[in-house]
Amino acid sequence: MLKLVVCIKQVPLVSELPWDSRTGTLRRELAEGMINPACKHALEAALQLKQKHGGEIAVFTMGPPMAEEVLHEAQAMGTDRGILLTDRLMAGADTSITAFTLAKAILKECPDFDLVLCGCYTSDSETAQVGPQLVEELDVPGAANVHHIELIGKTLRMKRISDNFIETLEMELPGLVTITTQEFQPRYVPLKGLQDAFEGSDITRIGADDLGLDMGKLGTTASPTKILNVYSPTAKKKNIVLKGSAKKVVEELFDRFEDKIGGAIRKDLKVEKKYNE
Amino acid sequence: MSENNRSIWVFGDYRNYFQNRVTLQLLSRAIELADKISASVCAVVMGHDVDEYVGEYIAHGAQKVYVIEHPQLKNYSIETYSYLMERLARIYKPEIIFVGATMFGREFAPRVAKKLGTGLTADCIGLDINEDGLLVQIAPSFGGNLLAEIITPESRPQMATVRPGTFQEIPHDYNAVGEVIRIPLPEDLPEDRVRLISTERWRKKGQRIEDARVVVCGGRGMGSKKKYKKLFELSQLLGGIIGATRPVVYAKWVDEESLVGQAGKHIRPKVLFSFGISGAIQHTAGIGDAGFIIAINKNINATMMKMADVAIVADANQFCTALTRELKKRIRS
Ligand SMILES: Cc1cc2nc3c(=O)[nH]c(=O)nc-3n(C[C@H](O)[C@H](O)[C@H](O)COP(=O)(O)OP(=O)(O)OC[C@H]3O[C@@H](n4cnc5c(N)ncnc54)[C@H](O)[C@@H]3O)c2cc1C
Repeated sequence: MLKLVVCIKQVPLVSELPWDSRTGTLRRELAEGMINPACKHALEAALQLKQKHGGEIAVFTMGPPMAEEVLHEAQAMGTDRGILLTDRLMAGADTSITAFTLAKAILKECPDFDLVLCGCYTSDSETAQVGPQLVEELDVPGAANVHHIELIGKTLRMKRISDNFIETLEMELPGLVTITTQEFQPRYVPLKGLQDAFEGSDITRIGADDLGLDMGKLGTTASPTKILNVYSPTAKKKNIVLKGSAKKVVEELFDRFEDKIGGAIRKDLKVEKKYNE
Repeated sequence: MSENNRSIWVFGDYRNYFQNRVTLQLLSRAIELADKISASVCAVVMGHDVDEYVGEYIAHGAQKVYVIEHPQLKNYSIETYSYLMERLARIYKPEIIFVGATMFGREFAPRVAKKLGTGLTADCIGLDINEDGLLVQIAPSFGGNLLAEIITPESRPQMATVRPGTFQEIPHDYNAVGEVIRIPLPEDLPEDRVRLISTERWRKKGQRIEDARVVVCGGRGMGSKKKYKKLFELSQLLGGIIGATRPVVYAKWVDEESLVGQAGKHIRPKVLFSFGISGAIQHTAGIGDAGFIIAINKNINATMMKMADVAIVADANQFCTALTRELKKRIRS
């Protein structure tokens, strides 16, 4: 039976919040956690594999206790098990330690996995590092930024765009892929399904003890990178402010800067003199 | 040779050489930093028929180039290249490794970092050396309009990826000399478990946003996909390229190729039009080198307005229409 693992992350919706066109403000009340978009595509890819070949999908997430929500949502989409890695000691992990912790949990809960699928990056940090680092931890073949997969026996055929090339790759399972948002449009989950999933979910909670790991191996303490300082950049220019009706402002813009703009676009923007008027 | 064998390495990412200048840009920054810790600057090149690139890297400031050349390395391979990089790093112990954040680099660097058990900061927009001689990796912090300074205090090497366009390459110097160290392909090189079946060029049509002289960027303030599309006409009149913020890309008003910022392209146009963009640090991280910025926002206090040379308080959409009309009149050649 095909054993699939999907690693997902709960991310805040904040930066892309729907935006209230009347008041011009962000609708903060919608700032709850959601499944990271690329992770959702990874879930969809796993579900399609399951539909075609049968099998079982275990979903892993590491985060605060509330991250359990994303496991319920994944189950509403059709996954089988959820594993929540949550522990104070795990907090503040950089990508390297996140990959380490996830690998420990995967090897404990699902040691005979065939394929691990991750989102190619998360919207809250965009590093795209955890997937590739998980490949190293699990010591399996792997490929990042894949938009198409096809399973033929134990061989996984993949397509991806890498810089200016479209590559077709193959590897023998077990392996790992990170999935982009190009294809695998996530299926829609009706509200009813979501409610059912919250009631009858199969969720395992895992802490540091369960993995036999102590503080020295986890979270901020173990992470090779440290944040030294956080500051607000000052990027203020002494600028010119133009106000008024659009038409008036456009005129003013050309009056003052037609050379500047014309120079950049290599066009003469001077108004033609109309001799025959 | 100097006594000191501290070194800063730059991964020689030569694929798409003429468009991909990131290695040269990193060499240039590495030279400035190497001065502060009296280190040498080295490039690492793997592949087949790569002498041309070795020469280029020396001409752009590499004092030393490690070369592993073999027909087997003809195609970029994450598994093999990261295996070899680890081996080299364990032998020569560089202080720092920089990798360009191309698609390949963004997969390669985390794998190398993990193999070496060291830290890695993605998409740095600044790199420096502090008073303790440590590499300071400056990147937008998660959440908030803040920059974070990140260090790797203990593990070595210190590693960072940097998006193309973040630094400026130094001009060619064909008189520059550098040492070339050729390393044979190890005999015990493990077989690649990921097989490349086929590869074809993916042609992106038209001019690249990174090279554009004029960029017309639109943000959520454009209001809707339909209204955002008006920017295309304007951009065309200006001979420019369309750019976008992330919400606009997420909303599928335009495709990801147009994303400007930390997670997207770094641009350096002569003139940048910025329509309805608030100026979040993740976005402005990509426009640091814009020459002349014209921002249009209905909120005069938006960060983008403060960064602009000309801040236009107006409805982005109406202004776009008015500007397009006026330009049409003026470009009637
Ligand atoms: C890890 C990470 C990476 C990210 N990477 C990127 C990246 O690479 N690139 C990127 O762009 N973003 C990135 N973001 C998102 C970024 O933080 C901001 O959310 C985004 O840049 C905001 O886009 P915006 O300015 O279009 O939208 P908003 O912040 O919503 O701003 C809209 C602006 O439009 C103005 N406006 C509204 N209506 C009008 C009108 N009618 N006329 C004129 N002006 C109007 C408003 O005053 C406001 O200033 C990233 C975020 C994270 C967490």
